[in-house]
Amino acid sequence: MEDILRDYLPILVFLGLAIALGAVLLLAAVFAAPSDPDPEKLSAYECGFNAFDDARMKFDVRFYLVSILFIIFDLEIAFLFPWAVAFGGLSDAAFWSMMVFLVVLTIGFAYEWKKGALEWE
Amino acid sequence: MTATVFAFYLFALSCVTGGFFTVISRNPVHSVLWLILAFLSAAGLFVLLGAEFVAMLLIIVYVGAVAVLFLFVVMMLDVDFAELKAEMTKYLPLSLMIGLVLMMQLAIAFGVWKTAEGVEIGTVPDAIAGGGEHNTQALGLVLYDQYFLLFQLSGLILLVAMIGAIVLTLRHRVDVKRQDPLQQMYRDPGKAMVMKDIKPGQGL
Repeated sequence: MEDILRDYLPILVFLGLAIALGAVLLLAAVFAAPSDPDPEKLSAYECGFNAFDDARMKFDVRFYLVSILFIIFDLEIAFLFPWAVAFGGLSDAAFWSMMVFLVVLTIGFAYEWKKGALEWE
Repeated sequence: MTATVFAFYLFALSCVTGGFFTVISRNPVHSVLWLILAFLSAAGLFVLLGAEFVAMLLIIVYVGAVAVLFLFVVMMLDVDFAELKAEMTKYLPLSLMIGLVLMMQLAIAFGVWKTAEGVEIGTVPDAIAGGGEHNTQALGLVLYDQYFLLFQLSGLILLVAMIGAIVLTLRHRVDVKRQDPLQQMYRDPGKAMVMKDIKPGQGL
């Protein structure tokens, strides 16, 4: 248990360094950068015009579809991980159980391929 | 104060902070970013418990995939904040009541919480502890045969999710020309072009 945590100590150090570096850069920008606010600096430049609308608009639902299909295969890989790591000590039942799992998901994959969900028209 | 204790308080604090700001943020996109902070600190807490595999899974699945999905959903919703605020006053009593019920359920669960005699909290079950193999391997040794049914059920749930997502969101547009590689490959080059011999002075 302690060994595991000792392995992770460098990551904790990196985390601390990353936070410290981020804070230093932000604070340096606050203190060192010249600050001379002017409303003209924020307005639309010369022949540019003001925004008509909010930047947030309705997204195409297909982005959502791609994302949800990604999650599903992500989870499939997550299940494959321990199986691959423990492969040497697995029983036959465990091996074939994963094969059944993969077949079930391959059926889903074939379905989505056939339906054209992977294509971006 | 050892590094472990320090890390625990760091992650616990950032987890609670992330959760708190997820709820009170005005901007839903900021909410999602705070939620990512909460996920990451929860992963840190899992590492402190010795559950490395779950921690990495939390980062890969929740931060990598679910948070992206949340961002998409947040962006897809065409949120009008002024309208939302008007709606909120309307539903405030109902939401307060639901919150109260949830709070009471939590209190009841906490009230009847008992630890059985002889159970040591924080020890690893024998099936997982095994012979000194690490976390992922220990999981792999029990997950696929001992929990066969649950494992297959999770596969079926993924299948249902996949088919459901496709059925609900896939719309084929009729006005778009699609490429059909098979049709292109089976095309007969001999029929692609026809030579016509046209006599002078005559039309086709």
